[in-house]
Amino acid sequence: MSGSHSQVARLLSLVPYLQQHDGVHIDQVAAAFEVTPRQIRQDLQVLYWCGLPELMPGDYIEVDLEAVDGHGSIHLSNADYFARPMRFTPDEAVALVLALRSLRELADPARFAVIDSLLDKLSAAAGDRAEAASRTQVRVSGGTEEVRAAVHQALGEGVRLDLTYDVASRAETTQRQVDPLRASVRDGYAYLDAWCWSAGGLRSFRMDRIVRAVPTDQPVERHQVTLPDPDAPWFADEADAPQVTLTLAPQAHWIAEYYPVEQQTAGVGDELVVTLRVIDQAWFRALLLRLGDGVRAVDPPLAAETADQRAAEALDQYAALGMGRDDPGPTGLG
Amino acid sequence: MAVDKSERLLNLTICLLSTKRYVSKDEIRSAVQGYRDQSDSAFERMFERDKEELRELGVPIETGSFEHFFDDEQGYRISPADFELPPIELTADEAATLGVAARAWRQASVASSTQNAMRKLRAAGVEPDDARLPRLEPVVTAREAGFEQWVDAMIDRRRVTFDYADKGTRTVEPWGITSAKGRWYVVGFDPDRQAPRMFRLSRVRTVTKVSRRAGEFTLPADVDIRELARALEPPASTAEATVALRVGRAAGLRRRGTAATAPADVRLPQGFEVVTVGYAGRDSMVGELAVYGPDVVVLDPPELRTALLRHLAGVGRRGTRSEQTR
Repeated sequence: MSGSHSQVARLLSLVPYLQQHDGVHIDQVAAAFEVTPRQIRQDLQVLYWCGLPELMPGDYIEVDLEAVDGHGSIHLSNADYFARPMRFTPDEAVALVLALRSLRELADPARFAVIDSLLDKLSAAAGDRAEAASRTQVRVSGGTEEVRAAVHQALGEGVRLDLTYDVASRAETTQRQVDPLRASVRDGYAYLDAWCWSAGGLRSFRMDRIVRAVPTDQPVERHQVTLPDPDAPWFADEADAPQVTLTLAPQAHWIAEYYPVEQQTAGVGDELVVTLRVIDQAWFRALLLRLGDGVRAVDPPLAAETADQRAAEALDQYAALGMGRDDPGPTGLG
Repeated sequence: MAVDKSERLLNLTICLLSTKRYVSKDEIRSAVQGYRDQSDSAFERMFERDKEELRELGVPIETGSFEHFFDDEQGYRISPADFELPPIELTADEAATLGVAARAWRQASVASSTQNAMRKLRAAGVEPDDARLPRLEPVVTAREAGFEQWVDAMIDRRRVTFDYADKGTRTVEPWGITSAKGRWYVVGFDPDRQAPRMFRLSRVRTVTKVSRRAGEFTLPADVDIRELARALEPPASTAEATVALRVGRAAGLRRRGTAATAPADVRLPQGFEVVTVGYAGRDSMVGELAVYGPDVVVLDPPELRTALLRHLAGVGRRGTRSEQTR
């Protein structure tokens, strides 16, 4: 978008805004428009030369630049044709609607009615330009409404939560107490970011893996923590984690799309060779077990040891139960 | 220079907005600063570009003529009713909710669309208050390359041709855009297959062609994108397995399952309990079961167990295979 393009878009909102807020301070305008005061000053300079002196009765837009430079307050008049801002464009309607739908998937169920009425009002204001927005949706895996209601209650009241949580990579259910700090969406999943008393640190809990959340009457404590930017790529600060290289058969190529892969090259024939960082051993073990013979080689080979053991234990157990395989498997290569 | 151009575009907007009748090109040329000093051809080019740019910003410039233009010359105007955002009033709760949603987008071009929309709302007297709900971050991300291009094609109804993963060249009339679990999909009509299809944007290698004309296709009147996206998803459970789980383990399966009793002829090891759980594809179920290793025993159906045993044997064999290839 060129400089004038975005400036004109801004000016078309700035003029009605300034007429709505007569005498407003330039810093407040800059904050509302998310630009610098200097940019607003430049915008006013442009407006100073705008108007219609020739064709219609009337004059230039009146901006008191002395008052702006003197004490920062802005007075603008003689711009009745810009009494209202412009309608939303279709892409603006899409952006607003998707943001609100995402919020709806994260929010307290008690807030649904407010979000729905807001969506209705915005769609009504957009009129036919909301048509494309009605063809969009965003779904977040956000857990049950009971869990969300309890999490938001605890966040609102500032109380500790009793949490029953499934640790997926370890495949076990845990009990813990947490001080809730924030509910966020990351890559399509809702999370509770909280101080975990069992782990003694900041943890993110996927809402759809919270089995039960019960607010206690104990107030949360203050914690010296910085909440991660929800948009930061996973594992961004885990550059020290060990690297593992996997040779993948076609049926396992999908992991290159699903997980942050450091390197990716074509292997022999239909193979794909990817390198990734292993932050969590349990996660990596689960990955190897899931992929089976879709992983044709692991380097270093030792990284596959615990996965191989788990698979062997499982096979032994079936054999002990009389449910094992008599045939050790196809004799050809995987 | 950017400033001069902004001034001219704004003056053109004012000119067209403050007239009730259509104004001719000549009138515009004499009224708007910046056009007057141009040669005929320079003015023509400039005016065409300016009109296009304003339309891109969403300024609804109408073309038409009144009868007093005997020579049938076209005139231009902007109808205030089409231009202006209708009145909108929000409750304090709605304004707080809007404030939270306004910071959701992290994808540059969509974030700037949100910013423009929020400026319009502020100019309409809405005061979004994002301080009231500070503990909510409903982040929407789109990391897929070319995401904006797809949104634009969906909005303008342009047909798109693209290389799709290893499936070759495909064409879609994009009806809608949906996201699930952080991945974006386009839902639309595939003219080659003559049927609705859903494509995952991360699997689009390159977009090779976007039709130039907007409004290239129409949507069926009764199409519901949400319904359709759901219909095109892989089916939910179509089969049921009976499995034994080690107590306190395999939480994901237990949560999905229903408690059951062990068949009479099965002797379970100590500390296992039995559940039934639904699944759709056998291969993906086998992958999921394998993750739990010896914490899960598949009792039924036998074909599922056989497939799992083969899969687990594949895990064990991999080490050997990898050494052979070295």
